[in-house]
Amino acid sequence: MPSINLYLHIHQPFRFRKYTAFDIGNNSDYWNDKNLSSKNNNERIFKKVAKKSYHPTFDLLEKNLKKFPKFKFSLSITGVWLDQAEKWDPSLIEQLKRIVNTGRVEIVAETYYHSLTFFHNRQEFELQVSKHRAKIKQIFGIEPKVFRNTELAYNDELAKWAEDFGFAGILAEGWDKILGWRSPNNVYQPAGCRKIKLLLKNYRLSDDIAFRFSDRGWKEWPLDVKKYQSWLTTSTANGPLINLFMDFETFGEHQWESSGIFDFLNGLIASWLKNPLNDFVTVFDATKIKPVDKISMKKTVTWADSERDLTAWDGNSMQKRAATELYALYPKVLNTNDADLLEDFRRLTTSDHFYYMCTKYWNDGDVHAYFSAYDSPYDASLYFTNIIRDLEFRCSNRKAPASSHPQI
Amino acid sequence: MKILMLGWELPPHNSGGLGVACANLARALANAGNTVDFVIPCQADYSEYNFNVIPIGNLRPFCDYGASAYESTYVEEKIISNQNLSIRDIQKRYCDFLTNYLKTHRPDCVHAHDWLTFEAGIIAKKQFNLPLVVHVHATEFDRSGMNGGNQLIHEIEQEALMIADRVVAVSEATKRIINERYHIPLSKISVLYNSLDESFSSKPYVYDDENYQYLETLKSDGYTIISTVGRFTIQKGLPYMMRAAATALKENPKLIFIFAGDGEERNSLISLAADLGIEKNILFTGFIRGEKLKDVYTVSDIFVMSSISEPFGLTALEAAHHNNVLILTNQSGVSEVLKSAFCYDFWDEQKLANEILQVANDSSAQALAKTEVETESNSLSWDKVAAKCLKIYSKICRQ
Repeated sequence: MPSINLYLHIHQPFRFRKYTAFDIGNNSDYWNDKNLSSKNNNERIFKKVAKKSYHPTFDLLEKNLKKFPKFKFSLSITGVWLDQAEKWDPSLIEQLKRIVNTGRVEIVAETYYHSLTFFHNRQEFELQVSKHRAKIKQIFGIEPKVFRNTELAYNDELAKWAEDFGFAGILAEGWDKILGWRSPNNVYQPAGCRKIKLLLKNYRLSDDIAFRFSDRGWKEWPLDVKKYQSWLTTSTANGPLINLFMDFETFGEHQWESSGIFDFLNGLIASWLKNPLNDFVTVFDATKIKPVDKISMKKTVTWADSERDLTAWDGNSMQKRAATELYALYPKVLNTNDADLLEDFRRLTTSDHFYYMCTKYWNDGDVHAYFSAYDSPYDASLYFTNIIRDLEFRCSNRKAPASSHPQI
Repeated sequence: MKILMLGWELPPHNSGGLGVACANLARALANAGNTVDFVIPCQADYSEYNFNVIPIGNLRPFCDYGASAYESTYVEEKIISNQNLSIRDIQKRYCDFLTNYLKTHRPDCVHAHDWLTFEAGIIAKKQFNLPLVVHVHATEFDRSGMNGGNQLIHEIEQEALMIADRVVAVSEATKRIINERYHIPLSKISVLYNSLDESFSSKPYVYDDENYQYLETLKSDGYTIISTVGRFTIQKGLPYMMRAAATALKENPKLIFIFAGDGEERNSLISLAADLGIEKNILFTGFIRGEKLKDVYTVSDIFVMSSISEPFGLTALEAAHHNNVLILTNQSGVSEVLKSAFCYDFWDEQKLANEILQVANDSSAQALAKTEVETESNSLSWDKVAAKCLKIYSKICRQ
C-alpha cells in the first residue's frame, strides 16, 4: 500500500544578541535583545513565525485529522521551541496537545537544544536527549520511539548508539551517493545494527515542496496537487513508502501563504486519500516494514546544502574554533553546579549559531543569509566569541549574571 | 593674518586623524590671533571651535551616511546613496563653492589639506593668484599600502604639489615620498610634526572601569593588554600584527590584543584570528571614539602601530599620553619624534612578537620606555606647529 510518511520539524533557536566586547563581564544576559525590532529579538521572531506558520498550519492539520481518519503524520519539536512557546504563545502548546491526543500524531526524539553535541561530547548529548524525552513526556504524556539527530546528521556510530538506547527507528537523508541505485522509498537496516530501522528522506519530493514550491524560476512552477500526486505515484514504483521530511516552517514561513502552500497541503491530503489504496503512516509505523538492505554511512551525512555534510556548521575556522572553545568549557561549567550557567551553555550548543557563521555561499546571499539573524557570519562569530569569554569569566568567578533569565 | 583653510572633516564628525590634525592646527592659529576661515563639505554643529567654519552646503557629515570620508578606491561610487553623490561629486561642489567664495573674499594665504581639497587649492592659486600651502597628511601611496593606488588621485596630488608655493609634510618619511615619488625638490618641502589632540589634555576624563571589568580581572591575573587603534585598511598592516600576536601567544598565553576600529579588512581579520586559533585573545571593539577610546588606551599596557606606511600616526601620541609602552613600525612618521619607542619593520612579525614578549615580561623596561617617550611627546605642541606654519605663510606672502 503506497504510504506518505510526513514528518515535520518544529524549531526556533534562542538567538544570542549582539553581544559586544563591552558586555563581557558586565551583562550575562545573552538572549534578550531589548530592541523589539531587532533581527535577534527572539520574542518578535517567534510571534511572527507563529502568526505566519504555526497557527495556520496547526489549524489546517487539526481540521484534516478530524476530517480524515486515515490522516497521520510525525513531528519533532525541539525543547527550545517548547520553552519559547510556553513563554510567548502557550495556546500553541494546548493545540499541539489536542493534535497529539488524536493518537495519529507521533513525536520524534532528538536533542533538547537542537545541537550537534553527538559529535563533540557523548555525555552531554545523552543528557540533552534525555531532557527532551522528559519534556515530551511531561507535556504530551508519550515516549518517542524514533530518533532524529539535529540537521539529520547521521552516521553508523549514531545508528548503533540509537539502537543501544532503545529506539526502533532513526531518520537520515536519502542521499544518492549513499543509496546508489537503491530507492529511499524502502526501509533499511543500518550497518552494524540488528533491530533498528533506517528511514531515508526522499529529498527530491520533499524539496519540491520545502524549497522549490514558490520558485518562479523552477521549470515546474506553479506546482499543483495533480502534478505532484502524479510524481508521488510514479515514485511508489520504486518502493511503497514516501518519506517527506521537512521543516514545519515550510508552511507559511519559508513558503508564504500567498504562494498557495496552504491550499496545496490541504488539497494534497484529500487527493491522496481519495484513492482507497493510499494511506499515511507515522515514522514508528514505517519501522514495522521489513528492511530490504543494509546501509552504511561511515562519514556523517546531513540534509544541508549540496554537500550533505557538516560543513555548513563546521566548515570554516570560525565555526571550528567556536565549537572547540565552547565544548572545552563544559567541565568547568559542570563544576560550578550553576543551573543558569549550564542552561546558557546548552543554548549555545544549538546548531543554528554555527550555521550563522557559515561563509559558504555567503556572497550569493542565498538560503544561509536568509536564515541569519546577523549582518554577516563574521558578526555572528564575534558575538559568539565574546559570549564564550563571558561564560568562562563566570565559570572562574561565580559572578551572578546581571539579569538572569527564569529557570526553565 | 587671514588664513583660508581647505579641510574635509572636523571632529567629532571624522573618520580618522586628518580631521583631528586640521582642527588642532586651525585652533592654535586662531589662538595666536589669526583669522582662520575653515571650509568643509558638511554641515554640523561646530560651535566648539574658536575659528570660523564654512560648510559648502547642507550635506550632513559623511559618517552619518555610513560612508568613509577617506575612500580613495571608489571615488566615483555614489557612497552617499540617498543623495546620489560620490566623493568626486562633492569635490566638484567644493571647487564651485570656492570659486564663488573667492570672488568676494581675499585671504592672505590658502592652506589645503590632502588630495581631497587640493583641486580647490589649485583654483585659489591659478584663478585668484593666492599664495598656496599644500599640507600632505598622507599620499595615495600610503593609503594603498605602497601598492600604487588610484591614478587619478596621484595626478591631483602631483599637480597640487607642483603648483603650491610650499609643501608641508607631516614627517621626514612623507617628505621623502613626496621627493622620490612626485619629484618635488626637498628644498620646497617643510616637515611639521603633529602634536597630541588638544581634547586629550584639556578635557577632564575619568576612566570607566565598568566597561572593562573583564580585562581588569584578567590584568589582575597577570595578563598584558596590547592594543591597536585605527581604520582596518591595507595601510595599517594589521594582518602582520595578528600573526605576530599568534607567535607571541605561543610563548606567553596571557596576552590580550584589542583591535579597535573598523574597515574593509575587518571580516578577514576576524577570520584570520580564527585561522590562527587565537580568537579568544583578540578583542574587536568596533569603531570607537571619545571616552570609550580613552578607556582602551587606559586599560592597555602596550600600544602597537603596525602600519605599512603611516605618514605620522596621531594615535601613538594619544596612547603615550595614557602611559602605554609604544611599539611602532619604522614606516611610521611618529617614530621619528618618539625615538625611544620600540620599533620594528612592518613585515618583521618575529621582531614585533619578541618586543611584545619582552615588554610583557619586564616591568622595569616598561617604566623606562614610558618615561622617555613621555619626555619626547611633551616636547611637541600645536602652538609650536602653528608658529612654524605662520613663518611659512609670511615667507610665501612676501614672495
